[in-house]
Formats: sequence, C-alpha cells, structure tokens
Amino acid sequence: MAHSAFKNSAVKDSALEKRPAGKATAAGPAGGGPRGRTARRRRLVDSVTIAAFLSPAMLLFALLVLVPILYALYTSLFKWGGFGAPENFVGLENFRTLFKDEVFLGDLWRGFVLIALSVGIQLPFALSMAVLLNQKLRGRAFYRLLFFAPYVLSEVITGVLFTMIFAPDSGLADHALDLVGLGDLGITWFADSSTVLVTLFLVMTWKYFGFHMILYMAGLQSIPRDVLEAAAIDGASAWQRFRHVTLPLLGPTIRISVFLSIIGAIQLFDLVWVITAGGPVHASETMAITMFQFGFKRYQVGYASAISVVMFLICFVFALVYQRYVLRRDLEGAVTSMRGRR
Amino acid sequence: MGTEPLSRRSFLAAAGLAGISVPVLGACGGDSDDSGGSGKKVTIEWWNIATTEPGRTLWPQAAKAYEAAHPNVQIKMTSLENDAYKSKMTAQTASGKLPDIFHTWGGGVLEQQVEAGLVKDITGGVAPWIGNLSPISVQPYQLGGKTYAVPYDIGMVGFWYNKALFAKAGIKAPPATWAELLDAVRKLKSAGVTPIALAGKEKWPGHYYWSYLAIRIGGVAALKQAAETKDFSGAPFVQAGQRLKELVDLAPFQNGFQGASYPTTDGQAAQMSNGKTAMELMGQWAPNVQKEMGKGLGDDLGFFPFPTVAGGSGAATEVFGGGGGNALSKDAPAEALDFLKFFASVENDRKRVASKAFLPIAKGAESAITDPNLKTVSQTLNNATGFQLFLDQAFPPAVGQEVNDQVAALVASKATPEQVAQAITKTAKSQ
Repeated sequence: MAHSAFKNSAVKDSALEKRPAGKATAAGPAGGGPRGRTARRRRLVDSVTIAAFLSPAMLLFALLVLVPILYALYTSLFKWGGFGAPENFVGLENFRTLFKDEVFLGDLWRGFVLIALSVGIQLPFALSMAVLLNQKLRGRAFYRLLFFAPYVLSEVITGVLFTMIFAPDSGLADHALDLVGLGDLGITWFADSSTVLVTLFLVMTWKYFGFHMILYMAGLQSIPRDVLEAAAIDGASAWQRFRHVTLPLLGPTIRISVFLSIIGAIQLFDLVWVITAGGPVHASETMAITMFQFGFKRYQVGYASAISVVMFLICFVFALVYQRYVLRRDLEGAVTSMRGRR
Repeated sequence: MGTEPLSRRSFLAAAGLAGISVPVLGACGGDSDDSGGSGKKVTIEWWNIATTEPGRTLWPQAAKAYEAAHPNVQIKMTSLENDAYKSKMTAQTASGKLPDIFHTWGGGVLEQQVEAGLVKDITGGVAPWIGNLSPISVQPYQLGGKTYAVPYDIGMVGFWYNKALFAKAGIKAPPATWAELLDAVRKLKSAGVTPIALAGKEKWPGHYYWSYLAIRIGGVAALKQAAETKDFSGAPFVQAGQRLKELVDLAPFQNGFQGASYPTTDGQAAQMSNGKTAMELMGQWAPNVQKEMGKGLGDDLGFFPFPTVAGGSGAATEVFGGGGGNALSKDAPAEALDFLKFFASVENDRKRVASKAFLPIAKGAESAITDPNLKTVSQTLNNATGFQLFLDQAFPPAVGQEVNDQVAALVASKATPEQVAQAITKTAKSQ
C-alpha cells in the first residue's frame, strides 16, 4: 500500500535527523573577481550534477505519479467503462452524482470517525506505551519488539487473522467473552453494521500503534536527559515533567505521527477489503473501497476516477494546509539551511 | 532535535498514490496467429478458465487427443483464473482481436462481443449435430436466433438441504411452495435448528433469492422484458422483494451471516457441510464445495427446486443458472469448430461428468452421473421449460452489482422492496 512505503521513508527521515540541520556554514557572499567566477562555475557544476542525479527519479515520478493523476483527472470527466478511449464526455456530472451519493457521503463521515478515533485514542495510547517502554524496565527490548511486530505483518494476513478471531460464536473473541460471563451479549463484531466500524478500529489500533510507538520512542531518545533532570531538581512532579518538558519537545514527532495517521486513514483499503469488503451494507466502506467497487466490479471507471480525484484532492489540500500551519516550525530548519548553504 | 518533516516530493508521492490506482488497468495485448485452410499446418489459440482440477487435467487431455487424431493441428492453450480472464477478455474485446477459441458464459458479455462483430456465427456449422446437446445448455449462447458458442457445462441453482435436520424438525417433504418454505423455516427454528446458511459478505448468494422469486412471480419473460426496457420497478420485482422480506423477518440465517463468506472454513458451505444449518440456496457446485470446506453430509444431503409462489405466473420448471461454453473469433479456422464438436461429444462429456464437477450437456452422457442429487439437478434441467442466466452474466456488470448490493440491503432490513426495485432500475437506466 501507498502509506506503508511512505511510513518507511519517514522512519528513515527520523533516523537521519540527528544530522545538524541548520549548519549555515555558508560559502560566504560571492565577492567580485576570480572568486566570484569560480563560485558561479561551481554553482553551475552543482546544478548539472543535481539534475543528472535527479532526472531518473523525476522521470519515474512523472511517469508513475504525475501522469496517472492527470489521466485520472481527465477520465473523471467521462462516462467510461475502462476500455478503449473515453468518448462519452459528461463534464462534472460524475462529481455531481458523487456528492449526492449516500454511500460516498457516508465514506466521508466514516473516514472522519476513523481519523477522530485514531488521533484521539490510538495515538495517545501509542504515546503512553512509548513513555512506559522508555523507562528502565525488565524485558524492555522484548516488549518493543512485541508491540512493533503487528506492523510488520501484512494487511491481508492481519485481516484473515481477525476475521477468525471475531467470527461470531466460534471465534476467540466470543470465547473470551464467554469466559468472563459476557457471552450472552451476542456481539457479532464485523457482521453487524453498528459494531463493524469500532471492531475495525480495534484491528487498526492493534496493527498500527506499534509503528507510532516506535516513532515516539525515537523522539523520546533525543530529548536530553539534563533538561528532565533540571526540571526534577526544580521540583517538577512526574506529570509536570511529562506535560511541560517531554510533550513540547516531542511536538515535531507527534505532528508527523498525526499526519501519517490521518493520511493512512483517508486511504484505508486493504484491511477493510479483506475483512468486510465494506459491508454489511456499506457500514465499513471507505472511499478507497467505493472507488474499487466502481472501478473494478462495476466497470464504471470514469466515476471511479472521480472518486480517486476527490481522494487525491482531500489528501493534497490536507497535506498543504498541515504543512503550512502545523509543520511550519518543524520545516523551517530544513528549508532555511538549504538557502543558507546556497 | 525535531523530526525532519517529509520533503515536498515524498508527500506529493504519497498524496498522489491515492489517485493512480484506478486508471492503471492492465491493458495487455495478445496475439493469435490464425492461418486458415485445412490440410496444412494449423495453430489454434484456445483461451479458457481451466485453472483448477479437474479441468486442468481434462482440457489439455482433450486438446492432446484432438492433436493426435489431426496431426496438422496444434492447439495452444492459455488458462486464466476467472477474474483475470474477464478483465483480459474485456481488453481484448476493446482491441478488436479475440483468440480463435475462447471461453464464454454467454449473456450480456457475449452479446457485446457479437455486436462488435468479433464472434463467428456458427449456426450453420453446428446445425448437423447441435441436436445432440441438451437445448437448455445451448440457450445462453443463442442470441437473436443465432448460435455463437458450444457449451461444455450447464447448471442451476436450487435448495440443498440436510435431510436429518429436516426430519428432526418434523418436515415430511421438501417444500414445494413459498408458503411451505416459510413454514419449514418456522418448524426448523422451533426445533432449535438454524434454517438457512447465507454468505452475506459476498452478496451474490443473497441475490439468488430475489432473482428466483422474480422468476417464479413474473416468469422468465418478466426478466427478459426488464432486460430490454431496463425497468425493474414492475410488480414481479417489488413482489419478489416483499416475499423475500417475509423470509428475512423470520430471521432464518445463521448468527453473524452478514460477515460470512461462501467458501471458507466457517462460511456458508461449511455451515451446511458440518450440519449446523438445514439448507442453502446454491448452484450445482454446492456438494463439491461442501466437501472441501467441512465433513460433508454424505447421504443426508438432498436437493429440491426453488418453490413456486402462489399467484405467480412462473412455472416450477423454469430454472435459474448458467454454464460454460466456447465461442470462436470471427476468423477462426474451420478446425476450431471441428474441435468444439469433438469437445462436446458424448465421449468427452462423459469424462467431464464422471469427474463430478460438471453436468452433462450431451444427450447420453447423463448415465455417467453417479451422484443421486446431481442426477436430480440434471433431470430438472432437461425438463426445464424456461431458462434465466445468472443476472451478473446476463446484465452489464454495474446492474449485476447493484442487484447484489440492493438485495443485501433488503436482507439486512436496510431497504424496502420498493427502494430495491427503484435503485436497480436507476442503475439499469444509467447504463
């Protein structure tokens, strides 16, 4: 899936960030005379080198990302079955239908619910686990591994596994409820439209909290001991140290983790597809599932393209706004350092 | 400290991936070299879906046997799994070039290919021997009075039931009318038996109920008319929903059926196979899948046709089902048709039937059936007075999916019979 590759790159980023970012050891202002000429030549050589190294990546990026996005944009204006050239131009009709479609509006609502649950429950849970495992604790490495393990598992295996665990009557979950005397509740988990989303969220939490936990732990490692010690000497309680020292210093990590979590929730597909295929009666359907249904089951590819365009726009606008207003402070170092060096 | 934020490039990549998934439909090319004429060397391209046993063995066997008898003919087989085959064929149809022999389920898709002028009209070629085949089996491939494919399998949907559980509930004979079926469900429930297994997650098993009820109420003619006028809002379809609602209101399905699959170890087939539920509405493949997914019922497994509905104009002998056949591309060599004749011969059909995975299409192959239930199915098919192809094959995919979705909503009590009929009509009209 898209977001897992994305997450990996984020892990790499956070590993690399130890490198002092803002080293403004500028090459100095370009003076006149021969020094200025060599500087200019060096800049030219630099640009050529950069272009040469970037072009394969840019070419692939254009071919595999830009072109398909533009093509989806184009086909979303057609009533098109997916084969042959699109001919039946309908303008924005697909989008008009889309925003009147109860299933799609439901997708938006369910996406919102999943984001709210993720940010409100899953991430705080991951943070508390990270703080806990950051203490001196017997078997700490083992727990870290244990909690991170689900993230390594593929979405499909996770899906199949939890279909069995939450199987009505015969599954592990119902047996567990039986043992504590709650067997009569008769919860059917994925099979009931009123419980399916919450059950799905449980699985998502199981699967992804370990990843966020590792992110937070990396962030915690880089908080200098002495700041915490100073706070302790000043008489700050454990909670105060967490609230006023750890949490603010962890800010950048939290902001990135929220970003990844939200993008992941918007694009959620494989886990849901394997477990419920969006059912019962659309109760767990996401935008990506609706897109797949129309694109590959109904062969209404123009309409499916319209869904993918809306999905893209939501991600795009969210990412821009988030970068502009939330990540700005974290970005500053990276951006200004480049300018300083040039 | 501070985590380095994502570069603009990588976030664009991430955001962009959301958008790329749809249009990258594999439009793969294919080529078939069709050299015509007889006597000299001929290569026949044959695309089929025989990727599982026993077809995986029987198909190449038949090709080899034919090649041995006709040394100048070489048959080149390409076997693809159902869904892969469907999308590849859609691409081939768009490109205007089909393999010499290709698998078809008949109905709407075949009609599209015929309309595009890509399929050979074999009416004249098969005339001398088509009479050897059961008329129902040929029907999905006859369009506008012309024949476009030769069948190798035919089947139908009906109720498979557990005789022991029926006896336990005191049900003397399999229900013949809808009222009797509802009564049987009540009896089974009061005997503590789950009456019906249903794979609600997959939706298509649920649509059998609605479709069959519509056939019983309005006859095959009602569906034929709806396919032409694209109007499913008529009385037979609304009433089908109402009758189905009567059944749903009795809560006849297993606990958590809305999350259940068909061929999994706790799905619909397994529920039947392990004796947990009393019946399922399923095609002729049901006994095979039951055996695969559980203990199997053995002699306790019985079959009865879909019950009639009081006041309905559809006869009990009208059947709902589908099969498989082979069609020819418009410039397929003459040898290709000869091979289809060979493939549909009694000898080859008996081999298929003996594998228990196929029902006979050739007259005289019936005696190869050993299973008493399959014998009943085959006889019902042979005596059928009307035939309706599976709706997702007879109609465009969007309409088939809408039927599945809407019936699923009805079964979950989230839609009324009227809403179901209207929604399907709306989708059909938009096609």
